[in-house]
Amino acid sequence: MLYRDYFPLLKHHPEIIYLDNAATSQKPESVINEIVHYYEEHNGSPHRGAHILSVRSTEIYERGRDAVRDFIHANRSEEIIFTRNATESLNLIAYGYVMHEIKSHQNIVLSITNHHSNILPFQQLKHLGFELRYLYCDETGQFLDSELDKIDENTFLVSLPIISNGIGVIHDVKSVFDKADAVGAIKLLDAAQGVGHMEVDVQALNADLLVFSGHKMFGPQGIGVLYGRYELLDTFHPFLTGGDMIEYVTEQTSSFAPLPERLEAGTQNVEGVLGLTKAIEFIEEIGLKNIHAVEAELTTYAYEKMKSDDAIEIYGPTELNHRGALITFNLKEVHPHDVASILDSHHIAIRAGHHCCQPLMHHLNLQSTCRVSFSVFNTRDDIDKLYNAINEVKKVFYE
Amino acid sequence: MNSIYSELILEHNKSKHNKRELDHPDHVERGHNPNCGDDLTLQLIVKDNIIVDAGYIGSGCAISQASMSIMIDMVKGETVAFAKEKADIFFRMIRGESLTEEELESLEDAIAFESLNRMPARAKCGTLGWHCLEESLK
Repeated sequence: MLYRDYFPLLKHHPEIIYLDNAATSQKPESVINEIVHYYEEHNGSPHRGAHILSVRSTEIYERGRDAVRDFIHANRSEEIIFTRNATESLNLIAYGYVMHEIKSHQNIVLSITNHHSNILPFQQLKHLGFELRYLYCDETGQFLDSELDKIDENTFLVSLPIISNGIGVIHDVKSVFDKADAVGAIKLLDAAQGVGHMEVDVQALNADLLVFSGHKMFGPQGIGVLYGRYELLDTFHPFLTGGDMIEYVTEQTSSFAPLPERLEAGTQNVEGVLGLTKAIEFIEEIGLKNIHAVEAELTTYAYEKMKSDDAIEIYGPTELNHRGALITFNLKEVHPHDVASILDSHHIAIRAGHHCCQPLMHHLNLQSTCRVSFSVFNTRDDIDKLYNAINEVKKVFYE
Repeated sequence: MNSIYSELILEHNKSKHNKRELDHPDHVERGHNPNCGDDLTLQLIVKDNIIVDAGYIGSGCAISQASMSIMIDMVKGETVAFAKEKADIFFRMIRGESLTEEELESLEDAIAFESLNRMPARAKCGTLGWHCLEESLK
């Protein structure tokens, strides 16, 4: 069976070459079917009611928490909080923790490669008086050693992505987190571009907090995860309040439930958690090693092909073992949106724009770029078709 | 789809005859599509209700620049009322509203962007210059 055959959308649209996996992944049949099955067989409100449907929904939801715990090697299920996506997880960290704990003389150190979602929640708290600092990288995405000196004894939190969605660099998380450990800062890792592509082990990565979205790893949209080391997470204040997260509520005051419920207000997304659980099963069935091997081979093939073309300018790491399964590039003299539109007319789906990384683009002096990002179902043939279509763009603009 | 990349549009994208900074413009309106990076600024000199000169600067995709350039060719030397009327017709065309034959013809070269009403992802590119014009003349 070809990997492509697991994905109904690609069966229904055999003409589509999907190269926008860093934005959102396609969904395997097993994930889609399980969600339909849930609504046909088990649908009830989790954590409430004594009836069988509510009990089953609760079981499905909590089994999902255990599956995520095992998937990222967390110690306890209570360390897994379900959110809508990585963005909401990051906002939860900012408003549920940072806002209450940071002092005005402290600083937060962010990688310049951070996605907007890993910048704005902290920027929104700037009125508290702390300083926002950035770790700058060179053109290949590597931090210069001296940049790490920005992490000092006043650093409250350090945050970076495991893989930059803007230029594809796989960051040396260890060197940054070792420095954070040396000064006692909290270590936050955005794993959105890593999960499902590489091993993401919260112990090995030495992360205090880690976030990701389900929809980039074959799961449905609308489900995300916040992992937090228990002792740290247990000091978080509720970000959203309401049903399901309380102990006692009186007219004037309330007390809150323990973790994880305290940070999950309202009726939860059982369908999303179930879809995420099936996505984890899908990844484990194929095997992260196999996924990585396919994606690395495709990335190398595409990179070499594009690099040999003088009209194409590639950004990010030149050493491919520092590169995730994505390539950002520009076709000289052609705006990325024109490239993307013409590729779309050849049924090739890519991303064009600033990739929610305006500070990074500004730092690298780029307006916007094209991005192709691969998944296990892509093939060399897809890349050949991409390249042929890029040649069609050249015909439109260069001739 | 490739029809949007017509000779006319590619010609305007390349020629850049309207891409120039004016001396002492009295209207300067920057238009920005943050999600794609089009960033164009329209400059106008208006005297006695006549647009006596117009130009634009900035960077953007072929569609945004060509649309801006075709618009400038159309409204330069014309009255403010004329320009406003053309903008109104252009926006209605992009929204896919039905136009009379006279209205459509009055858009002259800008008709080249008609297919944007079926390309929601690119409609903002084609209307960027016209939005700058509309804001300038308010």
